[in-house]
Amino acid sequence: MPETAFAPWANPAAKPLIRFRNVTKRFGDFTAVSNLTLDIYEHEFFALLGPSGCGKTTMMRMLAGFENPSEGEIELAGQNIVPVPPNKRAVNMMFQSYALFPHLSVWDNIAFGLRRDNLPKDALKSRVEEMLKLTHLERFARRKPDQISGGQRQRVALARSLAKAPKLLLLDEPMGALDKKLRQKTQFELMDIQEKTGTTFVIVTHDQEEAMTVASRVAVMDEGELIQVATPTAIYEAPNCVYVADFIGDVNIVKGTTYSAGPERYGFRWAEGCEPMFNTSQNTFKEGQQAFLAIRPEKICITADRPEIAENAVRGKVVDIAYLGNISTYHVKIPGGQILKAQAANTHRISKRSFTWENEVWLSWEATAGVLLES
Amino acid sequence: MRRFFFIAIPYLWLLALFLIPFAIVLKISLSDMAMARPPYLPQFSWEDGVWSFLSQLDFENFVFLTTDNLYWKAYASSLQIAVVSTLLALLIGYPIAYAMARAPEEWRATLMLLVILPFWTSFLIRVYSWMGILSQEGYLNQLLLALGMISEPLIILNTKVAVYIGIVYTYIPFMVLPIYAALDRLDRSLIEAAEDLGCSRTQAFWLVTVPLSRNGIMAGCFLVFIPTLGEFVIPSLLGGSGTLMIGKVLWEEFFNNRDWPVAAAVAVVLTLILIIPIVLFQRNQQKQIEAES
Repeated sequence: MPETAFAPWANPAAKPLIRFRNVTKRFGDFTAVSNLTLDIYEHEFFALLGPSGCGKTTMMRMLAGFENPSEGEIELAGQNIVPVPPNKRAVNMMFQSYALFPHLSVWDNIAFGLRRDNLPKDALKSRVEEMLKLTHLERFARRKPDQISGGQRQRVALARSLAKAPKLLLLDEPMGALDKKLRQKTQFELMDIQEKTGTTFVIVTHDQEEAMTVASRVAVMDEGELIQVATPTAIYEAPNCVYVADFIGDVNIVKGTTYSAGPERYGFRWAEGCEPMFNTSQNTFKEGQQAFLAIRPEKICITADRPEIAENAVRGKVVDIAYLGNISTYHVKIPGGQILKAQAANTHRISKRSFTWENEVWLSWEATAGVLLES
Repeated sequence: MRRFFFIAIPYLWLLALFLIPFAIVLKISLSDMAMARPPYLPQFSWEDGVWSFLSQLDFENFVFLTTDNLYWKAYASSLQIAVVSTLLALLIGYPIAYAMARAPEEWRATLMLLVILPFWTSFLIRVYSWMGILSQEGYLNQLLLALGMISEPLIILNTKVAVYIGIVYTYIPFMVLPIYAALDRLDRSLIEAAEDLGCSRTQAFWLVTVPLSRNGIMAGCFLVFIPTLGEFVIPSLLGGSGTLMIGKVLWEEFFNNRDWPVAAAVAVVLTLILIIPIVLFQRNQQKQIEAES
């Protein structure tokens, strides 16, 4: 049902909840965020993704009010919030360290923000209990933060930041301290809570899987700039540059030159004396232009014999096999010495596999499988 | 076992150095003054036996302390001076510790050194120096007169004010260091979290910073209060004859009157005054811990 899909960013009439307008943040000589413009819409689960030091935490701290931009404006619901101090913003933050008050019980931690609003006693009590229920913490209400587990602390931090029903919730690496299993479970809980409360979430993470799982849109950042802002699918399937392709998931990058081979179709010369590769692209590439072809390993098919119909087929030798149980990744050396990774699901028993180390194999993929990227 | 061993040795050492002298002082306080050497009776001897020795001990000296106004007035005055000095040290020391903990990383070692620096000169010399500063012809009065802020020299030396100045100056590092240690450990994101949840800077300070530095405040207050209560040098050098403090009374009983038993009784009561609040505080802590778990 594409009509009902949640995509306010595609609707020019939609009003963004948050607008970064030419925001620059400098710390001394260091530019943490450089001339950045970005819109985030209501009810979005927006992920800021990038390596450490890329400026994503600075963006979040500017939204919370702990840092002020050196230049530019930040709008929340149409209002410039730069002069507004953190305690006057309808924005709450869940800290990476959780920042739970160690001298207060779980209950009092959650009630802390509500007390500042001078809420009547009954309203405060029912709101705290609602939050405890939402995060399944009813049994731990009387405990102190150091008397509960890491996962429970994480939920207290979430409950505390949601208690004031902020317009915007900021989550700074919210699952950084959890182990992998718990992290995956928590990701789904978080999405569930976001849906239930309808709050706009902005999450900062360096974990691309986490960003892909939870977010409606992902902004990939590097060195203080936005590299690509798009849905997880678009980021994965249609990265706009080698950096994004490489940062998100596993990818093969082949260097070569392009030539036109039909409408929105290009040939790609990648090694002397080898058949060119073919790939579609909506961007225009000139004759002989330097370019990169990015192909995901799971989109490459590996067979013992040359497939009869394949738009791209390359011969190579298996040099390595990474067996992951459900799938295997084959490292195949192709002419010119480059190694391509190809993934295959282990639908048959390993003993029935028709190729192994040092075997000659064929790699094949469709012309729509890869992405041509400018260098 | 080994850990127990390593803890036990220093503790036994400290305990012995506290309990044995205390037992001796307690025994003297229960004795009678005598023109002898040492100047009290009874002396323990094996020939008379333990029973006859014990039968000669009594609480006469403690009763005596209640009959003379001097003693309870001196205790009360000491308590008052100790409480006020502790509060003053807290009021001045907390901001210092706070500023140190908030200072840039590379400055903190230097700031810490500056707090400890006065200990490198003798305590006595430092107190004598205050006499030079505070006296009527002292540096402070000269400065204020030169600046035209006063027309007549202020009388500070030999008043309680001078005693407070001396005590706060001397003991402030003991207030600053434990509070600094507590504030230094404080996670700064807790303050940010408090602000994020709607606290002003001031509210965040009272609701988060102060409760979380409570242990440092307690430690600092005890470290200032306990030595101040029995302080002798500062009141006798800076306070003049008008300042009554139990440490001074004790000195006079011991050296001027050579009444060792009464001096010992004064000391025993002083120790009790110090121990009772510490025990109460401990029990309170214990109860709190039990209530939490």
